Amino acid sequence: MALLDRCAEVAQQPGSGITVKGVGCHGPCSDGPLFSVACGDEVRLISVQSSSASELAMELQEALSRGSLREWVPRGCRSLDPQSPFLALQRRIVLERCGQIDPEDLSDAESAGAYQQLNAVLAANNPEAVIDLVRRSGLRGRGGAGYPTGLKWATVAAMPGAEKRLVCNADEGDPGAFMDRTILEGDPHSVLEGMAIAAFAVGAQHGFIYIRAEYPLAIARLRRAIAQAQQQGWLGTTIAGSRFSFDLELRVGAGAYVCGEETALIHSIEGQRGVPRPRPPYPAEHGVFGLPTLINNVETYANIPVLHRLGLERYGVGTKVFSLTGHVSRSGVIEVPIGTSLRTIVETMAGGPPDHKPIKAVQTGGPSGGCIPAAALDTPVDYDSLQALGTIMGSGGMVVMDSTTNMVDVAAYFMAFSREESCGKCIPCRTGTVQLELLLRKLLARKATVADLEQLERLSETVRDASLCGLGQSAPKPVLSTLRHFRADYLALLQPLEASR
Amino acid sequence: MPQDFEQLDPVLRRHQFRADALLEVLAAAQRSYGYLSAPLLRHVATSLRLPLSRVQGTASFYHLFRFTPPPRHQCLVCTGTACHVQGAGGLLQELKQHLNCPELDIGEVRCVGTCSGAPLVLVDGEIWNHQRAPALIEALQELLQ
Repeated sequence: MALLDRCAEVAQQPGSGITVKGVGCHGPCSDGPLFSVACGDEVRLISVQSSSASELAMELQEALSRGSLREWVPRGCRSLDPQSPFLALQRRIVLERCGQIDPEDLSDAESAGAYQQLNAVLAANNPEAVIDLVRRSGLRGRGGAGYPTGLKWATVAAMPGAEKRLVCNADEGDPGAFMDRTILEGDPHSVLEGMAIAAFAVGAQHGFIYIRAEYPLAIARLRRAIAQAQQQGWLGTTIAGSRFSFDLELRVGAGAYVCGEETALIHSIEGQRGVPRPRPPYPAEHGVFGLPTLINNVETYANIPVLHRLGLERYGVGTKVFSLTGHVSRSGVIEVPIGTSLRTIVETMAGGPPDHKPIKAVQTGGPSGGCIPAAALDTPVDYDSLQALGTIMGSGGMVVMDSTTNMVDVAAYFMAFSREESCGKCIPCRTGTVQLELLLRKLLARKATVADLEQLERLSETVRDASLCGLGQSAPKPVLSTLRHFRADYLALLQPLEASR
Repeated sequence: MPQDFEQLDPVLRRHQFRADALLEVLAAAQRSYGYLSAPLLRHVATSLRLPLSRVQGTASFYHLFRFTPPPRHQCLVCTGTACHVQGAGGLLQELKQHLNCPELDIGEVRCVGTCSGAPLVLVDGEIWNHQRAPALIEALQELLQ
């Protein structure tokens, strides 16, 4: 922020000929703080390493007095190579405007194309065509479960009744995942536009964005974006001169992972305890305040405007945004075409572990996902391939683990997380996660026997099969997937006596 | 003695005293008064025309609501996956071992989503990246003085 203020002071001087603005995330977080210099079409990313804000502002002043910024790389900074795999192998369509526009300025977003697709959709006035386009694109939910988006929309649209609701799930609770935060902080209008188009397609009049309280900056930017969109007539009554009206409310969570589950989320929006309930009835039928409700994730909505802009052919298979963290040389947010191999992502783009240790596993899907062994790194990243490996695409958090990581410890970590976050409504999840964690701790203390290991596996299956909601059903996944791919780690931790049997 | 909790009035009015705004009202109440005291919870219940048990039950379900006054300083160690694999567990243990002071609340936070700074801590709401135990303990001790 200090950097932005100082540079803005320089730009405000008469005749500076440049504009300085705050933008959302560029992606390579581990190189931050970053700024970009755009001269005409050429955009360069520059990583600030050792210089202070005032030093930089002074250098900017000097560079300006010399003329152009085209070659400018300040002292203590490093220009990022646009051909480096981390940047070059991305296909940024959802994140296109992230890092280009000022997320707090609607007119800046509009000049980069925001709300044009909503305008076109309203002018065409054909909700069926919108749903048809989404269905034919093959877009699947980006929040974790991967349900076909077009089908969900068609179901809600077909529900009887004039009153319907729309919900955006921005309760990004998986630890190690921050894709949605990046989108909301960098280009909130893409989500609002996607929601408005969806509302028009399914016939909803009122929407909610449910966002977790741990993201104060995203909340502030969303509030501002909603207010600006209302002022400009992109939200509210008779949008863009049409008969379509849609209004949005922000609901801030209060720290409960289970609220990412859709029925729990609905209860939380209604001001109740965030406890899930059995489905059916699905939210499409019986959602917020009992009305038919369409629930999609942030990234899913952000895909809608770009799908309309590019059309089916150029949109292709679509992309997925991932957050890369853990033992990698370069961490941050990337957007790649669906089907990119894991190896490309974690080795080529992220550069693998920093000290050239071998990769042991890649964790995807957070506490609801599993660990992919290094031997399977050539798997293409898509919904079905990951499911076959015993994990899920999830919301897009990817944590790379090097050879020093103990997979039993990882499983125990996730089990502790699920135990802590279990809402306590159903018994398999409430007591099962406690027992599973105890068994894992027993293993880690080298006190477990072969019988304990069998018990661990059996109980995992029970909890998976018998729990009420997604949290409990997927809580044993980290255990089952590590048991499948890293059984040696478990066997090595058995009681000394048992191991020799 | 009944208190009036005036600061909450604009929030209640904005939500038209609707029961479904309970979470928003509780969050605003905690922001204004630091924590949810028993009289404050009763005030919220009466204002939204909800049973106190419903208000209390809902508030206690969520991690971010607190029912005791907050200490002067707070240090939350992020225990997200990225921080975990970079040693957040050990960091938390060392803090608890070396800093025992009623003025400092040491706790955990679930991922704040800026994993490139792992392992990180939140000190009074501010993110401190790449923390190691000795330096962090020293910085916190300085803060407490």
